[in-house]
Amino acid sequence: MAKITLKDLNHSYLKNPEKESDFVITNVNIDWKDGGAYALLGPSGCGKTTLLNIISGLLTPSKGQILFNDKDVTQLNPVQRDIAQIFQFPVIYDTMTVYDNLAFPLKNRGLSPEETDKRVKEIAEMLELKSTLNNRASGLTADGKQKISLGRGLVRSDVNVIMFDEPLTVIDPHLKWILRSKLKELHQKISRTMIYVTHDQTEALTFADQVVVMSEGQIVQIGTPIELFEKPKHTFVGHFIGSPGMNVLPCKIVNGEINVSGHRVSINQSIKKLNFKKTQVGVRPEFVNFSKEGIPVKVSKVSNIGRHKIVDAVSEAGKIKILSNAQEEIPSGSAFVTFNQKYTYAYGDDWIIE
Amino acid sequence: MNKTVNQKAWFFVIPVFVLVAFNAVIPLMTVVNYAFQETFGSNVFNWEGTRWFKQILQSDRFHAALGRQFTFTFIILLIQVPLGIAIALTMPKKGWGVPTCLILMSMPLLIPWNVVGAMWNIFALPDIGFLGHTLNGLGFDFNFTQQPGDAWFTTVLMDVWHWTSLVVLLSYAGLNSIQPAYYQAAEIDGASRWDIFRYIELPKMKKVLTLAILLRFMDSFMIYTEPFVLTGGGPGNSTAFLSIDLVKMALGQFDLGPAAAMSLIYFFIVLLFCWVFYSLMMRNEAKS
Repeated sequence: MAKITLKDLNHSYLKNPEKESDFVITNVNIDWKDGGAYALLGPSGCGKTTLLNIISGLLTPSKGQILFNDKDVTQLNPVQRDIAQIFQFPVIYDTMTVYDNLAFPLKNRGLSPEETDKRVKEIAEMLELKSTLNNRASGLTADGKQKISLGRGLVRSDVNVIMFDEPLTVIDPHLKWILRSKLKELHQKISRTMIYVTHDQTEALTFADQVVVMSEGQIVQIGTPIELFEKPKHTFVGHFIGSPGMNVLPCKIVNGEINVSGHRVSINQSIKKLNFKKTQVGVRPEFVNFSKEGIPVKVSKVSNIGRHKIVDAVSEAGKIKILSNAQEEIPSGSAFVTFNQKYTYAYGDDWIIE
Repeated sequence: MNKTVNQKAWFFVIPVFVLVAFNAVIPLMTVVNYAFQETFGSNVFNWEGTRWFKQILQSDRFHAALGRQFTFTFIILLIQVPLGIAIALTMPKKGWGVPTCLILMSMPLLIPWNVVGAMWNIFALPDIGFLGHTLNGLGFDFNFTQQPGDAWFTTVLMDVWHWTSLVVLLSYAGLNSIQPAYYQAAEIDGASRWDIFRYIELPKMKKVLTLAILLRFMDSFMIYTEPFVLTGGGPGNSTAFLSIDLVKMALGQFDLGPAAAMSLIYFFIVLLFCWVFYSLMMRNEAKS
């Protein structure tokens, strides 16, 4: 068990990276607390898996350091780092039985047969694999195989961190839910640091206490699911989390006041710095309301999604989505909208202005 | 879904049936015809029953040829399969080395059989051939045209040179289809290099290796052109494998009846062995 610190991490797959675009990971600094359940969330190709492989030691970063409990492990291999990693596709040893699969990492570390047997049975119990222990692993279904992969990660008692790289991709939706609750339950039981990589926000938000959002090789925000929802620190977080994503409109900032196409929008931030190339205002569709005055819009489409309605409207500054109650009357044609001041933020060059 | 019964569909099979009839069934039936009868030409046939079969199965000559054939096939499989896997394991997985290695590996496979035989014949000649001359220069008494051991050595070496590439290419394809996650997981599980080979690479190569062994078994069991050009079956009968012996009997001695019977026995042996190999290697597959 360990606290994991990533310090000024940069990585490029090229031998001699020159430009900034050669890097797939740029300036990552993060502390993963001991025993935390983290999700690493981001779209495909944003560098999540690369970051994971750097933590596990499958990759050595071009620049920067990885510390486990303040001890530098940057040059150590996965075995020396004592980590466990579960991959997107179930990795099993086809010719071994389920039992031998689970025992394999223990045997390689020279554990006594009695101790191995005890651990394997314990994990098999936890993952409900007991009845198939003596079967050949290759005969199992996809979720059974993925359980073995999970088991091989969990079977060792000494791991510093368990990492999951989109482990539920190949699992049926209903089993996904069961396995995910199982993971959550396991985390509570063994309280080991867990890092869960996914591009699925539901998965990330249900599994993790802290969600780390990545975009284009950078960490854009770390926070609880609620923080990510209520106060996105980067327009990307606004877009990526929530359905539909945050409305982001171009705006002008004059004397600390926000101006969207000639209309004043009030926010709680006090703005001092002003040297941005691009300024925007962001508000989630949940916090946009129809009103008698405010920003004029034209309602173009209303989609009923059960308890809510998603309204697509067009303003002079751009499209605005509004999430309203199913009962609420939606004006047709021209209308006015206002933003909830508490949840409206100004962004400079895509980052929240603080 | 309900299948509709339509017997007219059989008409679609006719073209294939005709093709197979002309290139396989009819020639094979001619052989069967010869195998049970005696002929002296002019289309006059006398019924002989199973006489030729009994004669072949009891002849020392056939036993000797069969023995040589099995020995040869066994030796080349024993060399080519492990060697092929070993070469495939050491081949690069990316970069300019990949096409270079693949092209170099395919070269022997692209050379016609009789050219391979002729090449090795000249290469191994004890007086002027590079191999023969070098071996003699090093103090070995090497002469494949006179000494059976040397003839075997040269024939096996030639076959290894010609066909190991096939095993290499198939194994390489098998190795390349293994997802990197397997290696990463093994690294994390603390597996040794041997464990990785034993528990990941070998099981994942099983299908292509089955294919490679089957192909190499069949081809080597039916080998004709290369040893024919290289040694002509000699010295004496020492490298007269089944097919060489068969041709000697059919075209050299013009014993068409026994030769036809021998062909059929030969054919059934190949068929039987392929079936046994295949069922053995696929046995575990069916279980899971």
